[in-house]
Amino acid sequence: MSLVAVLFIVFGLISLTSAILMVTRVNLVVSALFLIVNFASLAGLYLTLNAQFIAVAQVIVYAGAIMVFFLFVIMLINPEHEKRFLEYKPQIKIFAIVIAVLIFLQIAYIIFLSKPSGKLNKEVSQSISAGTIEEIGRQMFINYVLPFEAVGYLLLAAAIGALVLAKKKFK
Amino acid sequence: MQIPIEYYLILSAALFITGVIGVLIRRNAIMVFMCIELMLNSANLTLVTFSSYLGNSIGQLFVFFVMAVAAAEASVGLAIIIALFRNKLTVNIDEINIFKW
Amino acid sequence: MIDLIYLAVLLPLIGFLVNGIFGSRIKNEKVIGLIGSGAIGLAFLVVAGAFLQTLSLPVDQRTNYVELFTWIKAGGLHINAAYQVDQLSLVMGLIVTGVGFIIHVYSIGYMHGDKSVWRFFAYLNLFIFAMMNLILADNFVLMFLGWEGVGLCSYLLIGFWYDKPFEKSTTSAAGMKAFVVNRIGDVGFLLGMFLIYLTFNSLNFTDVFARASSFDVPGSVFTLITLFLFIGATGKSAQIPLFVWLPDAMAGPTPVSALIHAATMVTAGVYMIARTSLLYAMAPTTMMIVAVIGVFTAFFAATIGLVQNDIKKVLAYSTISQLGYMFLAMGVGAFSAGIFHLMTHAFFKALLFLGAGSVIHSMHAQQDIRYFGGLKKYMPVTYGTFLVAAFAISGIPPFSGFFSKDEILWYSYTNVGFFFWLLGAITAVLTAFYIFRIHFLTFNGTPRFDEKRTHPHESPKVMTIPLIILAVLSAVGGFIGIPEIFSGENGNVFSTWLAPVFKAAELKLSYFGSYSHFEELLFMSISVVGAIAGILTARYIYLSKPEIAESTARKYGRVYKILLNKYYIDEVYESTVVKPIINGSKSFLWKMFDVKLIDGFVNGLAGSVSNASKYLRKLQTGVVQLYALVMIVGILLALFWVILSL
Repeated sequence: MSLVAVLFIVFGLISLTSAILMVTRVNLVVSALFLIVNFASLAGLYLTLNAQFIAVAQVIVYAGAIMVFFLFVIMLINPEHEKRFLEYKPQIKIFAIVIAVLIFLQIAYIIFLSKPSGKLNKEVSQSISAGTIEEIGRQMFINYVLPFEAVGYLLLAAAIGALVLAKKKFK
Repeated sequence: MQIPIEYYLILSAALFITGVIGVLIRRNAIMVFMCIELMLNSANLTLVTFSSYLGNSIGQLFVFFVMAVAAAEASVGLAIIIALFRNKLTVNIDEINIFKW
Repeated sequence: MIDLIYLAVLLPLIGFLVNGIFGSRIKNEKVIGLIGSGAIGLAFLVVAGAFLQTLSLPVDQRTNYVELFTWIKAGGLHINAAYQVDQLSLVMGLIVTGVGFIIHVYSIGYMHGDKSVWRFFAYLNLFIFAMMNLILADNFVLMFLGWEGVGLCSYLLIGFWYDKPFEKSTTSAAGMKAFVVNRIGDVGFLLGMFLIYLTFNSLNFTDVFARASSFDVPGSVFTLITLFLFIGATGKSAQIPLFVWLPDAMAGPTPVSALIHAATMVTAGVYMIARTSLLYAMAPTTMMIVAVIGVFTAFFAATIGLVQNDIKKVLAYSTISQLGYMFLAMGVGAFSAGIFHLMTHAFFKALLFLGAGSVIHSMHAQQDIRYFGGLKKYMPVTYGTFLVAAFAISGIPPFSGFFSKDEILWYSYTNVGFFFWLLGAITAVLTAFYIFRIHFLTFNGTPRFDEKRTHPHESPKVMTIPLIILAVLSAVGGFIGIPEIFSGENGNVFSTWLAPVFKAAELKLSYFGSYSHFEELLFMSISVVGAIAGILTARYIYLSKPEIAESTARKYGRVYKILLNKYYIDEVYESTVVKPIINGSKSFLWKMFDVKLIDGFVNGLAGSVSNASKYLRKLQTGVVQLYALVMIVGILLALFWVILSL
């Protein structure tokens, strides 16, 4: 078993477990922390896919910036704990879970039916070169410079919008 | 590389469905938000997987944009939650039913 | 000039648009009047030019077509906006624009000081536009456009003083009456048009007439077509049974009465029959009906005219009566005689109306002849011209009415029979009597108004000059139609000019029979003597012995009352047609059908929807997660579909 396979299994298990724990915890702060764990393990999975830049960005943007933001808001609002799973409308919740699991089974069926691995002739070197900062930077600043700029404006607009929405109304 | 692509995709789907379940059963708006972030990330994982297996960097570029948009979305969404909390003194979405007829 | 004939249609339209759109902003009445009459004057010049050009062409090239554009093209139906310039339409065009122009000029004086002169002139111009379309059209549809247009203008102009009371109601009610009665006739016209298209597959005059002769169509179809068209004509030209609107149409300003209800619009029915004379010639039954209706209308309206006291009302019934003559002419196949009478009638009836208008104008809107008298010395020009017109309508030679009326009477004797001649001649006597009755009561004798309070005066020049022009035309207009016994073979210029138009129809009719000149002269002298007798009787009764009139009225009280109330036709229509419709609409259509059925259905639908939504809207809980759940169920189903299609 290669190192990559071991890493995949480890990070995959961590991400899945942390995701489930995140959804099921009653305390929001705990949930948020498990989400950070999940994001970090995803960054590890990105590394197994030779996507160095995205892995680093994942850690910095998601696990760092966004989740800090979430924790900040959770602590600012300090909401009461939710009720336990079965205490409130259990039928609807169970129905929702059943539906979601059915969708998962469908997706899995589609994935195994279409057998994508048989159709991909993958060169490792290609995969490595595709994930370098150099290659992504080239794409970003040559072919996709306009979306890049647009995203910049989007972030600016979001910042201003968040400011306007969240500030107190002065009279 | 020995790991078939299917494993990545199944993992991604599992994470996605976990997020879906969270969105459907949790009542706290912030929690719902975090589940949405989880779903976004599972989609990102799919994108990176295909990008890597196809040896094409554009998928990863797309993930980068998704991250930027997710950041914008999170900031605006959380601001809305704060504004809502100020008015209703709750973030429980069962009690916020202003969409009702 | 023939190619420019569309200008004769376009110019009035331009005048209408200019006055209609900018009129309220033009403060100067004179400018408005100048635009209005100028447009008609130029149109007259165009028609006159076309007339002269046609006159210089050889006889067989005198029918020309001016095509403007394709108007309607749907399946086999192809209708052009095209004008037919031939002898008949040129004569009509000259009458309409010529008399129309004179009346426009007169209106400048008559409408002086009215608050919306611009509206008046805009309507008048629109009327001429519609009338020119009617006359010049080369197909039934364009003719119908004009046909409806004159009806609309008639409505607008009768109700022009919409805020003024008229008889028992308002002038706008009179306008409405005219409109509705006209509409009944129009239904007939439309049905006729449908049947023509069904039979001949075309609505173009040329095609229809060509196919009428060549297609093998049963005679009953022709009878039906012409009867439908004739119903339209009775509506527009105020014949029995649809004449009731014309007397009420006098609610409008007097120039309107002169222009529309005497000289031009009411002749549309006559013109239409003349235009479609070939179809009528193929339906002898209809011809007979037309003749009977015509002669009875003439007689019937003349008897009513005997006793009316409103000067305009007498003239209105006189118009109906004269139109009856024209229909008699059409019915007996004397088409050119009918058109000839149409022309002379346009002259003298316009003159009578304008003269009456001049009197009314100076008497401060007084219309009752019982309060006139002795106006001769105050308004000499009006007196003189009115006298000329009265002679003309009475048929005294050599005034124009003599020639045209006598031609009709003669043909009605030769082509159909003595009875028609007799009734026509009696009508002529009655006509002479009633027209001189109002003449003497208005201008002669002693004044019966308060001379201290009312100061009659002669009208301004802008009104008297049109009167003089019309008087000259009424006096000499008949000389273009001198009967052949006086002028020799083809000496009747007018009927020779029109002969090519009616040649086909007259060939179909072909009345035989020879009559001596002595007979013709005898009949002529009888009617002239009768007319003179009528005049003298009127003079004797109303100038020498006014008490005779009263004693006769008292002696035959019942007859007098019936005549004064116009045979109670309005009342009969009111109780047999109008009331049942109103009551039926009210009690059944409104309260049963509309309220119960229509409203019930609509309200029931709305009620069931709102009931159903009472339950359905429970789904809109406002809980976002439920919406998301529903969405995900949808995704589940969609994925099933994807899987099944793999």
